[in-house]
Amino acid sequence: MRTTKNDRILLAHGGGGQLTDELIRHHILPKFKNDTLAELGDSAKLNVDSKSLCFTTDSYVVKPLFFNGGDIGKLAVCGTVNDLAVAGSKPVALALSLIIEEGLEFELLDKILSSVSQAAKQNNVDIVTGDIKTVEAGAADKIFINTAGIGVKLAGADLGFEKIAAGDKIIINGTIGDHGLTIISQREGIKFQSQLQSDCAGVAGLTCELLENTSGANPVRNKTPEASASRLTGISNGVKFMRDPTRGGLAATLNEISKGSGLSIEIREADVPVSPVVQAAADMLGFDVLTIANEGKFIAIVSPESADDCLNICKNHPLGKEASIIGEVIETRDTPTVELITKIGGKRIVQMPYGRELPRIC
Amino acid sequence: MDFMLDRIHKAQTLCNAACEKMGRQINIMEVCGTHTVSIFRNGIRSTLPRKLKLLTGPGCPVCVTDQGYIDTVLQLADRDDCLIATYGDMVRVPGRGGSLETKRTKANVKVVLSSEDALQLAKDNPNKIVVFVAVGFETTAPATAVVVKEAAAGSINNFCILSGHKLVVPAMRALLSGKNHNIDAFLCPGHVSVIIGYGAFAEIVEDFGRPCVVAGFEPLQIIEGLGEICQQLSAGKAELKSVYPAVVTEQGNTSAQKIIAECFEPVDGYWRGLGKIEKSTLKLKDKYSRFDGLKRFNITETPGEDTSGCRCGEVLCGLIEPPECGLFGKSCTPQTPVGPCMVSSEGACAAWFKYGQKRKDE
Repeated sequence: MRTTKNDRILLAHGGGGQLTDELIRHHILPKFKNDTLAELGDSAKLNVDSKSLCFTTDSYVVKPLFFNGGDIGKLAVCGTVNDLAVAGSKPVALALSLIIEEGLEFELLDKILSSVSQAAKQNNVDIVTGDIKTVEAGAADKIFINTAGIGVKLAGADLGFEKIAAGDKIIINGTIGDHGLTIISQREGIKFQSQLQSDCAGVAGLTCELLENTSGANPVRNKTPEASASRLTGISNGVKFMRDPTRGGLAATLNEISKGSGLSIEIREADVPVSPVVQAAADMLGFDVLTIANEGKFIAIVSPESADDCLNICKNHPLGKEASIIGEVIETRDTPTVELITKIGGKRIVQMPYGRELPRIC
Repeated sequence: MDFMLDRIHKAQTLCNAACEKMGRQINIMEVCGTHTVSIFRNGIRSTLPRKLKLLTGPGCPVCVTDQGYIDTVLQLADRDDCLIATYGDMVRVPGRGGSLETKRTKANVKVVLSSEDALQLAKDNPNKIVVFVAVGFETTAPATAVVVKEAAAGSINNFCILSGHKLVVPAMRALLSGKNHNIDAFLCPGHVSVIIGYGAFAEIVEDFGRPCVVAGFEPLQIIEGLGEICQQLSAGKAELKSVYPAVVTEQGNTSAQKIIAECFEPVDGYWRGLGKIEKSTLKLKDKYSRFDGLKRFNITETPGEDTSGCRCGEVLCGLIEPPECGLFGKSCTPQTPVGPCMVSSEGACAAWFKYGQKRKDE
């Protein structure tokens, strides 16, 4: 039920008056039912039973707003959830801020908010606070979203560059390049028919499973007594570092890890999962798939002893079916570098991508 | 996979044997920019004997485009009655008065993905004269010819082209006619050969005694092409071969050749780095001259001067490798390109910058 005749956002919807109130009560609250938000206080009051929290924020300006496999709403939840997840925490609450261009259709807004709500449910986080601003036509591109999130640090998680050692294995939970190429392919001007689909997903479920596995809450099926034993002794310190390869792709993330740890990295092209349709699109458009953004992937650096267990945990999770050990951390001979052993046995350096990527992919 | 590695190993053996037998450095020029990128991306150089050197040739259309042509485009971009339609790669090539990127603020420069898009732009903007920046080798020339014919048939008179189309074989002849060259053989471009047929390179073999081998862009095809060349050199032979038989025929695409011949005639033209080359550039025939931008705006193109310090010309002739240029990686980077070889993703300098970096201890 809407009291205005408008089917579009007006500047006044951000004015703090009656229209703002209607917008919140009719479009926001019904989608995010939780007690904390329902209070509509100036701050959300959270009861968190932990001394160690993770806190992050990210803004989303993706164009187009809707793409195969997701939309700006889903992205805004998953992106922030993933930042909390790879820091070794379990996401608990998100703040959602909308900057809306005057004239945005309510139909689109509702679709985006439903998507936010669905993604929040899937990732077990509540939207506990938020804000709405409207700007005049032309001052924004339909809608921009900011989310901030709080996560509770998992007891077993002890992650950091300093934990990484030569010999550690590098795991990725699936194919690379799907998100970036989906966006590029749907951009105005480069429309081509394809089965590309963004990998946009929140990976906290999987990362928490990886980190919690030692405590006995082991979801891995068909486990043998030997495997359980090794898990109890070895894996607790098995995961040493995690990061999500978003903008700049795998190339940027591996370079950050190499630089941060002071160690070199060697990966094998043949072991890096890439779907054929992504490879074909990247070849056609002249992109190096290693530099293309992902939105449902994470890299885990794990000890060699725990690598097989970690890989199995990933493979048994819906978001890690195509997980792979893509390479190793190695001693640095001169400066920390990332090297790729190509399918034909050649070697090349994988550099930090050099600026000028396609803008507004997330 | 093993089958592929076996074939690669076989080709590598041929390369090794040739280097050993000849006892000197072997220089093979890859003419095509797509080959250059594939060679770098797949780490092919690292799999070859040290004495086998790959030279990057003048096979990137953006890179060989003379500065005079760029200046003409920029001159037209300044006119209020013109709309420039260009392939994306040309936008950042610096001319004397900036680049199309800096002229773009007036919304008078549109990036198109095909010649058809450029013609459509003319139909959509009847009050502007759309000038299509028609660059490329025999691969893109047929597409330009098609729209010129369409414009003629549909009396779309607010459309014209600036033909910068170039022919590959005259450039190869010019390189071999130069005194300084050190080219032992050519790895010939697969895409161009699809159009002109591998038979077109027979004159290079006959007149200059240099092996010409057409190869596709997969690493295996490139290495097999190099193996074939080495085998010939080792045996003191110079032959014409295609290791891309599934796609390239001796005659090529005769319909495409026909439409080029119908619309264009080869005239003497300027190439960056190579200077004036006889019958190397395609000009619209008289019957289509009303679509010739130079005639329409009564412009006489003057050969440009290369930017001081920029050694793109020598890079394009295979005389130096990009890092030998004083500007490379310093004032000239993909972010701030000085010369065209750093602008195009297929340019030798850009490929070298992105993929060619070596470990410091190598």
